[in-house]
Amino acid sequence: MSDSMSKLIRTTADVMFLFITVFGLYVVLHGHLTPGGGFQGGAVIATGFILLIVAYRLDDFLAWFKKSTFQSCETTGLVVFIGTALAAIPLGYLFFMNFLNGAEGLFGQAVSYGINPGVLNTAGTIPIMNIAVGIEVLGGLSIIILYMTSGIRSREEGE
Amino acid sequence: MMRSKAVWFTLVVLAGGLFFAAVSLPFGNPAMSDMDDYFIVHGQEQTGANNIVTSIVFDFRGFDTLGEACVLFTAVSGVAVLFRHRKKGEDYEYE
Amino acid sequence: MIDNLPFLVVAGTIMIGLYAILMKKDLIKMIMGISLVESGVNLFLIALGYRWDSIAPIFTGAPSLAMVMPTVQALTLTSIVIGVATLALLLSLVMVIYRYYHTTDVRKVTKLQG
Repeated sequence: MSDSMSKLIRTTADVMFLFITVFGLYVVLHGHLTPGGGFQGGAVIATGFILLIVAYRLDDFLAWFKKSTFQSCETTGLVVFIGTALAAIPLGYLFFMNFLNGAEGLFGQAVSYGINPGVLNTAGTIPIMNIAVGIEVLGGLSIIILYMTSGIRSREEGE
Repeated sequence: MMRSKAVWFTLVVLAGGLFFAAVSLPFGNPAMSDMDDYFIVHGQEQTGANNIVTSIVFDFRGFDTLGEACVLFTAVSGVAVLFRHRKKGEDYEYE
Repeated sequence: MIDNLPFLVVAGTIMIGLYAILMKKDLIKMIMGISLVESGVNLFLIALGYRWDSIAPIFTGAPSLAMVMPTVQALTLTSIVIGVATLALLLSLVMVIYRYYHTTDVRKVTKLQG
């Protein structure tokens, strides 16, 4: 934890971080068409950040991403999720109602029963909730690993 | 010595019960599947998603997902409480 | 009896996890046993919803219309995330215990206060 790894590992981690982030965002965004969704895609993106923590020193990583970045990611995700669920009440529906389904708008194309190639513009509030939960899970898992790693480091130096 | 014998006896009884249940359950023919048949037939027109599992997690049973997001948040705040840095002059009880 | 292979694997995994919790004297090994029991329970939940000759419940480019039961898969997703949260808190507690006692042997961690 106190020394960075060799140049081969650092270069590979730099390249792989971009591919892992793009793949994780694909899994999050296509959650209503293919297997995946918010929790799975968020865990994949958090794996990319943990790869950077392992390859570099903790001080170098904290110079790029502060702890407050991940804290704000996590709280923003949870607030957007609850806000989307509460937004159905002023419109006259129940709590958690899918009020965008069927209305011709951003995510509102209707789908009938049967096998079809997937269209991204469907499923109402489900992609919004997928993105919110994905942001929350990536913030939460990265914060856990950051706190545990700095906990080890303070034990080695302080005592 | 008596405690180790009691532990072994408990493990053997539990193993016997679990393996008997594993052999006698019918695999591949669920007994009642009315709710899942309704979800498969009506899931696409009522939620608009092709993935029935995602429509169950986020639309039909979205309240459980709300509880799960709060459990994840609580675990993260619990880890943050356990690893606070000690400031100068602040005294812990066990140091 | 060979048709019930997933249920036999579930029973074996839960028994190995219970053995690790009850008979081992190290904190990290007991936590591994807890994780094994949770993995066995998740596998049991998914194996309950299977139908013969059916595919996953997704309509995008599906080869047929006979599908397995999708409700238990949704419950398993929640269970996996809760398992991760519990495991993170357990390991953090073990780190704090090691910082004070300098050992993880469960027979020496006996004082309750101070």
